[in-house]
Amino acid sequence: MDLTLKIWRQKSPDSKGKMVDYKVTDISEHMSFLEMMDVLNEQLVAKNEEPVAFDHDCREGICGMCSMYINGEAHGPDRGITTCQLHMRMFNDGDTITIEPFRANAFPVVKDLVVDRTSFEKIQQAGGFISVNTMGRTTDANNILISKHDADEAMDAATCIGCGACVATCKNSSAMLFVSAKVSQFALLPQGRVEAADRVLNMIKQMDEEGFGNCTNTGACEVECPKGISLTNIARLNREYLKASL
Amino acid sequence: MATLDSKVPKGELKDKWTTYKDKINLVNPANKRNIDIIVIGTGLAGGSAAATLAGLGYNVKAFAYQDSPRRAHSIAAQGGINASKNYPNDGDSDYRLFYDTIKGGDYRSREANVYRLAEVSGNIIDQCVSQGVPFARDYGGTLDNRSFGGVLVSRTFYAKGQTGQQLLLGAYSAMNRQIARGKITMHNRHEMLDVVVVDGKARGIIARNLVTGEIERHSAHAVVVASGGYGNVYYLSTNAMGSNATAAWKIHKKGAYFANPCFTQIHPTCIPRSGDYQSKLTLMSESLRNDGRIWVPKKLEDVHAIREGKLKPTQIPEEDRDYYLERRYPAFGNLVPRDVASRAAKERCDAGYGVNKTGEAVYLDFKTAIERYGKEQALLHGETNASKERIIELGEKVIEEKYGNLFQMYEKIVAENPYKTPMMIYPATHYTMGGVWVDYNLMTTVPGLYCIGEANFSDHGANRLGASALMQGLADGYFVLPYTIGDYLANEIRTGEIPTNTKEFDEAEKAVKERLDFFINNNGTHSVDYFHKKLGKVMWDKVGLARNAKNLKEAIQEIREIREDFWKNVKVTGTLNEFNQELEKAGRVADFLELAELFAKDALERNESCGGHFREEYQTPEGEALRDDEHYAYVAAWEYTGEPSKAVLHKEPLKFEFVELKTRSYK
Repeated sequence: MDLTLKIWRQKSPDSKGKMVDYKVTDISEHMSFLEMMDVLNEQLVAKNEEPVAFDHDCREGICGMCSMYINGEAHGPDRGITTCQLHMRMFNDGDTITIEPFRANAFPVVKDLVVDRTSFEKIQQAGGFISVNTMGRTTDANNILISKHDADEAMDAATCIGCGACVATCKNSSAMLFVSAKVSQFALLPQGRVEAADRVLNMIKQMDEEGFGNCTNTGACEVECPKGISLTNIARLNREYLKASL
Repeated sequence: MATLDSKVPKGELKDKWTTYKDKINLVNPANKRNIDIIVIGTGLAGGSAAATLAGLGYNVKAFAYQDSPRRAHSIAAQGGINASKNYPNDGDSDYRLFYDTIKGGDYRSREANVYRLAEVSGNIIDQCVSQGVPFARDYGGTLDNRSFGGVLVSRTFYAKGQTGQQLLLGAYSAMNRQIARGKITMHNRHEMLDVVVVDGKARGIIARNLVTGEIERHSAHAVVVASGGYGNVYYLSTNAMGSNATAAWKIHKKGAYFANPCFTQIHPTCIPRSGDYQSKLTLMSESLRNDGRIWVPKKLEDVHAIREGKLKPTQIPEEDRDYYLERRYPAFGNLVPRDVASRAAKERCDAGYGVNKTGEAVYLDFKTAIERYGKEQALLHGETNASKERIIELGEKVIEEKYGNLFQMYEKIVAENPYKTPMMIYPATHYTMGGVWVDYNLMTTVPGLYCIGEANFSDHGANRLGASALMQGLADGYFVLPYTIGDYLANEIRTGEIPTNTKEFDEAEKAVKERLDFFINNNGTHSVDYFHKKLGKVMWDKVGLARNAKNLKEAIQEIREIREDFWKNVKVTGTLNEFNQELEKAGRVADFLELAELFAKDALERNESCGGHFREEYQTPEGEALRDDEHYAYVAAWEYTGEPSKAVLHKEPLKFEFVELKTRSYK
């Protein structure tokens, strides 16, 4: 298929960006979206133009590196996937596709479609851990019994890949779904209960300092989350926060 | 130059590590605060090492090329992690895990290292559970296990199909705790471009800030390389796009020997290629072979009808299917080790039985398992008269619970529903057993320079068993290196801070800058990817699943030609002092082009078949690998002397004191 691409080009963090049009031809429906971007970049290099910078690494939907806003949706039109898992069979010959970076004040653009997600790192460093040393001498794993239900629910929350689609999608640029995934994982497990209050207070404080917006229960984050992290986690986060604040 | 002393302690296999730990030098807590350690890479090995070393009190400087340690490719490991906990009470023990690993590696790994790995494996599970890793559990609240290839027990712990992710996030959270305390300084989006050696000891690195392009100097009392494997030398592999050998290759060029480069794992169950634009291959976890049965049609006319789209695999009756692994290896069936399963798939496809258009695919079928689970569930639900549809519905639910994310991943890529029609799979490059040579302390031949995880060569011999990479990465980082590095650093307590304004740093930085300048100014005719793809094709065709002397000699010649062409005609757009992905790739491919030649040279030198290294000249009449223990029971450790063709071979003889060398049989 032949396509027109409208892509955000921005040379550096402080330079002004703009949308630029490109054409690609003979795109196979079996290609992944990023392979289509590879084709474009090969074309640009051949013409001595600078290729489009975009983040990507594992190309199998787990590292959380890729981060495009395609036709107005984080990770594009398909559900339950990251951009690298999006395939060209979702598009039609002659389509015009708009490609932008994830936009949020807390995610400044580094170049073209690459954004800086250091703010997520800071939130995790504020409390996204259990304070155990890592030299062994802990208790035998089976001494901590965890009901299958709780373990499964903790696992569902823990599958967050930290891509930032929730923030990019949210009209408030809120990071509540991201924060709630980590808080929930540990809130559901006995190992994490001991420091639960400090964790939630510190992570929320950091989230606010990084400039993320508030949650107004729109639920767009859940829809666009490639890993299907549930809004229930935000409810649990609120409950944990309330308990810790009282 | 350094000598090859493995430093394996004397004594009984079971006592070596314990006794050794009791006697090595320690650094007192006050002195640890004055010692810096650089860690390159933040996957399972690097992340766990950085967190643990910082927890002990050392000052850690960690480096990752991604924007967060959480993105290292360990995150993509799916199936699980082995540990000899023997929770299912099915006869497992440290010795059995040790024995399975030695045998699975086709008797080309070091006994003492492997036993230590088995010994600490249980600790890893305890550690990860206390970190909050949500492993799968049974209804009673205890941990659940499953089985992987090459073993007869269930010792694999898992977190759905995302075990690597959960373990890495565990290590990442431990790192975050230390970053918050200021004990780890994290350098994201930085790439190490050389190691700095002062008076024979590793004292620092030159790194490029990938956002600004700035070249930076960092010093330390020891340098730990945990940068993963070199599978991307094949261009197409299950590795991440950025996975590279640069850190490992740079330290090789500065004196670290490189061991067994030809030992590479081609994983049997990956999604087949669909076209020339393909940028990477996706793994379907080995855990699927617990429940999936591998087959191709028995009749060639059925194969042709399938390729032409006239016949569906589900229409082929049982008696016309060739479950070739069950046929050839009845004892292990679909759960033979990876090298055996990969070669068997290639054998069928070469004989013309491949089931997709390219002729390079076999089926992985879940129908039997869905029916079996469905019947069991129907009984559990008290539905004794359940219809066939109901049984399938219940069975599919069980399969979804076990492998849901893998099935979803498959469906998104191939656009076929694997619950209803068998998956198509084919072997792809996945893991490299070879790597930087290290002694029992995990130190390379350069003092103060360590190498851990997939980047080193030590534990998997010529073939790695499934769910053992996660085990090794975390064993090295959490439980081995933190002890052994103290033995070296105990002599560094009086050294003081290492200055970076010395001539060694000047020289290393100058060389790095010159190379980067060259790329930017070369104005060649072809992109970096053009050369990488060419290299990958040579490697896959001639240094891939099956190798022979003629092809290897040709490969060496062709690799040299591609390398020469690259240095004349490579084109890198953009400038030095900016975010420049083409420039990043250029450096990595330049290093692959050298490593590839050593790889082929090593494969040519090893006149035997063992594990993942299959030389067509050396096979049994049944087509199984034919080892030559008399001449090749050694680690091939290569010393760099100016270019790959002139590398000097040093042999570390492998002594088997505690296991008997046998022909591997899974029949």
